[in-house]
Amino acid sequence: MNDSKIIVTVSGQDKTGIVAGISAILAEYKVNIEDIRQSIMQDQFVMFLMADISNSKASYKELKQALLDKCEELGMEIWVQRKAIFDKMHTI
Amino acid sequence: MEFFNAKSILETIEMIKVHHLDIRTVTLALSLRDCITDDIKKTGDKVYNKIIKYAKNLKTYAKDLENEYSIPIVNTRIAVTPMSIIGESADEYDYVYLAKVLDKAAHEVDVDFIGGFGALVEKGCTRGDRALIESIPQALSETNRICSSVNVASSKAGINMNAVLLMGKIIKQTANLTAKKDGIGAAKLVVFCNTPGDNPFMAGAFHGYSEPECALNIGVSGPGVVLAAIKSLPKDADLGVVANKIKTIAFKITTTGELIGRELANRLGIPFGVIDLSLAPTPAIGDSVAGILEAMGLERTGTHGTTAALAMLNDAVKKGGIMASSYVGGLSGAFIPVSEDAGMIEAAQCGALTFDKLEAMTCVCSVGLDMIAIPGNTPESTISAMIADEMAIGMINKKTTAVRVIPVPGKGVGDRAYYGGLLGEAPILDVHKFDSSVFVNRGGRIPAPIHSLNN
Repeated sequence: MNDSKIIVTVSGQDKTGIVAGISAILAEYKVNIEDIRQSIMQDQFVMFLMADISNSKASYKELKQALLDKCEELGMEIWVQRKAIFDKMHTI
Repeated sequence: MEFFNAKSILETIEMIKVHHLDIRTVTLALSLRDCITDDIKKTGDKVYNKIIKYAKNLKTYAKDLENEYSIPIVNTRIAVTPMSIIGESADEYDYVYLAKVLDKAAHEVDVDFIGGFGALVEKGCTRGDRALIESIPQALSETNRICSSVNVASSKAGINMNAVLLMGKIIKQTANLTAKKDGIGAAKLVVFCNTPGDNPFMAGAFHGYSEPECALNIGVSGPGVVLAAIKSLPKDADLGVVANKIKTIAFKITTTGELIGRELANRLGIPFGVIDLSLAPTPAIGDSVAGILEAMGLERTGTHGTTAALAMLNDAVKKGGIMASSYVGGLSGAFIPVSEDAGMIEAAQCGALTFDKLEAMTCVCSVGLDMIAIPGNTPESTISAMIADEMAIGMINKKTTAVRVIPVPGKGVGDRAYYGGLLGEAPILDVHKFDSSVFVNRGGRIPAPIHSLNN
């Protein structure tokens, strides 16, 4: 289990600039994207992104707030969570 | 290279967002035995300072974790050594003062509840135990965050019927002193058989005598998640399949809870204690244990088949939890508090769920008669007799049972009691009218049961 990994899940109405907006924030905070997937599920845009925050220039709280603010601007729903919760919940 | 599974991520988010998965409580369990002195004011100071020292960061760190994992942590709580022993060496007893000290400390560190204002008296009362019990009505009516529990029976010691008799009176007094709020004081008072010393749930949380200096116990919940899982199965799925589904969900809930519990314990610099996986309903729609029983195929909770369905649910929850963590403790199972569960409220309202059926259900549920509003004119001796029945079920079956009934002042059958928040609201249930006073007034002790010839 690596404490520096986070999962960002963004969903909502598809529009231009979602991936660009989120990745710009991550780049600004020096957070490295390690994996990214996106698809349309039930007419909704969904993006999953795994990132490493070990070199982040700010605290988890500040980074999350910046992402929340960006998504509010984009009109999207966002979940930012430490990856450990998924690893623990879904593996024996 | 690490990977992630999109399906798992969506499932987790759905469990939290749609089906109310939450960490119900993080409970800091703390020994206060080193605060005992012969001067009650000095004891109070030591108690206050120790709680502040250990719990000052509890709420902040819990909020941080809630933010980092995006899972709600509904309550932060503290559980302390039964206070009867803490105040007992004082030259002059003043347990109401100690209750106010605990309440002040709870306000200062901003926890929702502090438990442990109680005593363990299954074999008999010391002078301090008795003084504490007699102070409960005043203590609960003059504080906000205190919870009180008294253990009056165990499978090893039997039932202390003198204490049972006394608690009938104390419950009545406590409700009457908080009459303006439908007797809410009694909602923070519970009588136990076989109480565990590491339970993080209120009103019964306390820090047992055999526990370490301090520990972080965590209580997770998720009736809504179990309900959704059962609803996803076909109506004719056999009960082995249903039990397995419940175990799978219980496993997922438990591993998540343990992750948060261990991380919080680590940040607080204290040992992790236990995880208590209890399906604790809330009044929110869909977050109901009754809803689970009904999803299994009962028209209404309380009808024939309810005890069997609940037995399977309770057992499957424990099995899933045990597989997930080596440190499952506390109560762990399915709670059936009437006022806190929208489905139970409806079942009681339409007459499907009666007091007697609830008593039968407590033979197989996690705890006991919980958050049941009864008529305000119920005699003390009848309340004592209810306690005696429930203690007998726990004693004989070697399980934890408890009674948290509220004789609602000035209200009767057909009325409703309102508490708000997690405590909810409830229709007042009818109770038997025939007298039990000669039986409970005999006093003495019901001897511990034989532990062989099991039939």
